Amino acid sequence: MCRVGAIKSKKYTHPAKVLYLMLPQQKGHDNSGFAMVMQDLGGVFAPYKDLPLLSYAGNTASVEKIHNYMQGKGFTLRFEWSPQTKPQSGLDIALLEHYNFEVYAYPPEYQNAERSVKENLLTNTRLALRAMTEENDAAFVYSFWPDVLTLKEIGNPADIGSYFNLWQEDTDFCAKIITVQCRQNTNYAIVRYAAHPFFLQGYTVLANGENTFYVKNKEFQKSLHRGYLGFESDSQCFLYTLHYLQHELKWPLEYYKHVITPLPFQDLAKREDKAVLLALRQSLPHLEINGPNTIIGVLPDGRVINVNDSKKLRPVVVGGDGETVAISSEVCGLNVILPDRDQEKDIYPNEREMLVIDNNLEVARWKQ
Amino acid sequence: METVTVNELTPNDLPWRIEWDPCLCKLCGSCVAACTFQAIRVSVEARSYVYSQGDVPTPLEGERYAVPVIKQTATVQQHCVGCGMCEKTCPNRAIRPRRNEDSRWEIFAREGGSPIKRGGRANLNAGDRTFDKIVVGRISQMTDPSLDAERHTFDILAPFGRVLPADKMPLSVKDGKLSLNKPLPPVRWIYPLIFGDMSIGALSPRAWEAVCLAAACLNEKYNLPVRMCSGEGGMPMRLLKSKYLKYMILQIASGHFGWNRIVKAMPEMQEDPAGILIKIGQGAKPGDGGLLMAAKVAPHIQAIRGVPKSDLLSPPNHQGLYSIEESVQKMFLSMNAAFKFRVPVGIKTSATASSVSIYNNLLRDPYHIVGGYFIDGLYGGTGAANEISLDHTGHPIVSKVRDCYLAAVAQGRQGQIPLWGAGGVGMTGNAAADAFKLICLGANGVSVGKILLQLMGCIGNDHSRCNSCNTGLCPTGITTQDIKLVRRLDVDKAAQNIVDYVRAFDQELRKLMAPIGNSSLPVGRSDALVATDKAVAEQLKIPYAC
Repeated sequence: MCRVGAIKSKKYTHPAKVLYLMLPQQKGHDNSGFAMVMQDLGGVFAPYKDLPLLSYAGNTASVEKIHNYMQGKGFTLRFEWSPQTKPQSGLDIALLEHYNFEVYAYPPEYQNAERSVKENLLTNTRLALRAMTEENDAAFVYSFWPDVLTLKEIGNPADIGSYFNLWQEDTDFCAKIITVQCRQNTNYAIVRYAAHPFFLQGYTVLANGENTFYVKNKEFQKSLHRGYLGFESDSQCFLYTLHYLQHELKWPLEYYKHVITPLPFQDLAKREDKAVLLALRQSLPHLEINGPNTIIGVLPDGRVINVNDSKKLRPVVVGGDGETVAISSEVCGLNVILPDRDQEKDIYPNEREMLVIDNNLEVARWKQ
Repeated sequence: METVTVNELTPNDLPWRIEWDPCLCKLCGSCVAACTFQAIRVSVEARSYVYSQGDVPTPLEGERYAVPVIKQTATVQQHCVGCGMCEKTCPNRAIRPRRNEDSRWEIFAREGGSPIKRGGRANLNAGDRTFDKIVVGRISQMTDPSLDAERHTFDILAPFGRVLPADKMPLSVKDGKLSLNKPLPPVRWIYPLIFGDMSIGALSPRAWEAVCLAAACLNEKYNLPVRMCSGEGGMPMRLLKSKYLKYMILQIASGHFGWNRIVKAMPEMQEDPAGILIKIGQGAKPGDGGLLMAAKVAPHIQAIRGVPKSDLLSPPNHQGLYSIEESVQKMFLSMNAAFKFRVPVGIKTSATASSVSIYNNLLRDPYHIVGGYFIDGLYGGTGAANEISLDHTGHPIVSKVRDCYLAAVAQGRQGQIPLWGAGGVGMTGNAAADAFKLICLGANGVSVGKILLQLMGCIGNDHSRCNSCNTGLCPTGITTQDIKLVRRLDVDKAAQNIVDYVRAFDQELRKLMAPIGNSSLPVGRSDALVATDKAVAEQLKIPYAC
């Protein structure tokens, strides 16, 4: 089973925190990988919040290929950073040659373009880079978006932490939102693209569970948006639905819950808004999810959400100390990173609610 | 000595032979009275014996005498169909029909130069079912938990009506909430099992009433919103004006039978019907219109349909219809308009190699008025048809539903026009298993007919037993208008059997949904299935397993 975690903090937080969050839960995962998305970046990336940051890993040839492509499209490299690696013998990690995080300036003709135009450019660029580096796994292009950094690798999370020197807290590499997951998927082949969290156009999602409506979701989503691809993991479907409802249809957030786990017909019939809820249920049955799942999402405005399957078949807990709120599959993770919090106030979300953590770290519980 | 008459029929030429045991028979005559086909009769036969006395055989003629016997009739018109009513009625079980493997029926049954006509179902290839080569093979084990069929809640409903894609719905955001700016096309969420299109005319009034009763009972007592399709032939005025109309799907076919009454009843209807189904064709006799033999056009049928007593043939085509575009514009628009766009309108065709083209055309539906595509496959039943149509035309349903679903997937339009499958669902007795597999392959629901007749007491099968629905002589009172025969049917018991079956069907669906971990119907969840036949796996695009 996966274990998932998320930290949202008022202060910049180093990834060491998420390693400490996940380590106590290692009996629940299988130590097969480490993947994180950092958003609202501080440290060395703080001066570049408005510029797109490309996160990828690959071999030397692919790095050159990517640089050439970016140059050809008019992007200018403004800042590049790679983690200070600490190779040691005996580490359980499937290494690639390069782990690059590169900040680019938009091509001149896009610099004053509207936001949606820029967003499309970034997505198209990432998809193009992915396509051109896919052969022989030359590189893995995870995200290309302002203020978002993605690092994924196969291996033991503790060893991955050691290799990338993530155990050592500093102020250079930090963010206010970090989402993390420590397991490679088992349903399909182990590929880095299959590791949560997944990111698309400002939306991040990770999940612990099994989406048994994966085929239904996938077959429907494939035709909705060019960015809905890969499907290396059944959990990508959660991201694409969130993105579709929010970014494409521009529906209020609460309807994410109504679409993925609609109310039973008999409950729905008692609601004042039954006409709308029934319309959504009948229009989007292929985005409904089944199976055990707890889903953590990050929205472009920095809010962090949690929703669960309709039978609440996976664990999750939310706790905070006023400065930091964390979501974790198991409470033992919270106890390590937030030992002084009031445990009485921990929240164990149920199957019919959505938790929304806003930028003031207030946790709202929306009842479906 | 008798003359050898080679060309005269004898019981051994017929599909069924009557075995009668004179030692057990008490000569009560019940079997003869029960046989609606007059395939047996009381007769008197001469008997004599020869005896010999003394040491050397010296044949002497004994007395001659006559004995009463039960004798099988050997004519085309009055042949035994194997219904077994004689055995059912015999107190001593002294008589029974036996299938005759030396039958020459196919050779001489066209006597008089007319094609063989019968009711029932296809009798060829019925044993080799695709359904039985598919297994629910993706079971929730350690990666995810199975659900509990007894304790968890399950949502088992299916749409009938035009479903709009999310980006076409008239929604706006007001105070952080979505609201509908105007009504959507009507969609009914109903049980994924429809009591299929059997007209009052094809069925006896009691049988039709029993199906109605079962539908009403399932809705009102067991909260299972099962709908029943009227078939082409209208319905009684009392029902049209009653609140139970909401459980009925009205069918309109090329003969428009019964619609005079329906239209006249409209001002007095208390409820809208559940839907309208335009019938283009049916699986049992594709390309052929409806047929009700004159023998069944009793006075009440004449009244309901507004016709004289004669063979009632619906044309194979809707008149004045030239293309599918016209059909959408004319038929769908007029039927939608009939109930002021409050009632969903679907269309039924026989399964055909061109079903995908039809579905593709329907999916374009620019007016948002196509509420469902009902595909009727090869093994559907019928009240009357030419045998050559029944046995040699049609298309299996399973791959056709799958093809249509995948055609919608390719366009991102799955779910917009609900797909319903029929034709052989429940043929081996377990409709839930067949329905579930069809749903995983992309159907929203299924329609059944034959199994309802069997639950009411029909003894026909897919191996030529009885199948005489066309004759008006149905021995079980189900497909006859002969009042004496109709009385054989216990309407309450017939309805109860259907109700019990559907309640069990519901439990059985849960028993299939629970192990794959689904609480909603797994429409299109083909990954839940595996095929034990490679060709089936390949055609349906599901995994092969052995």
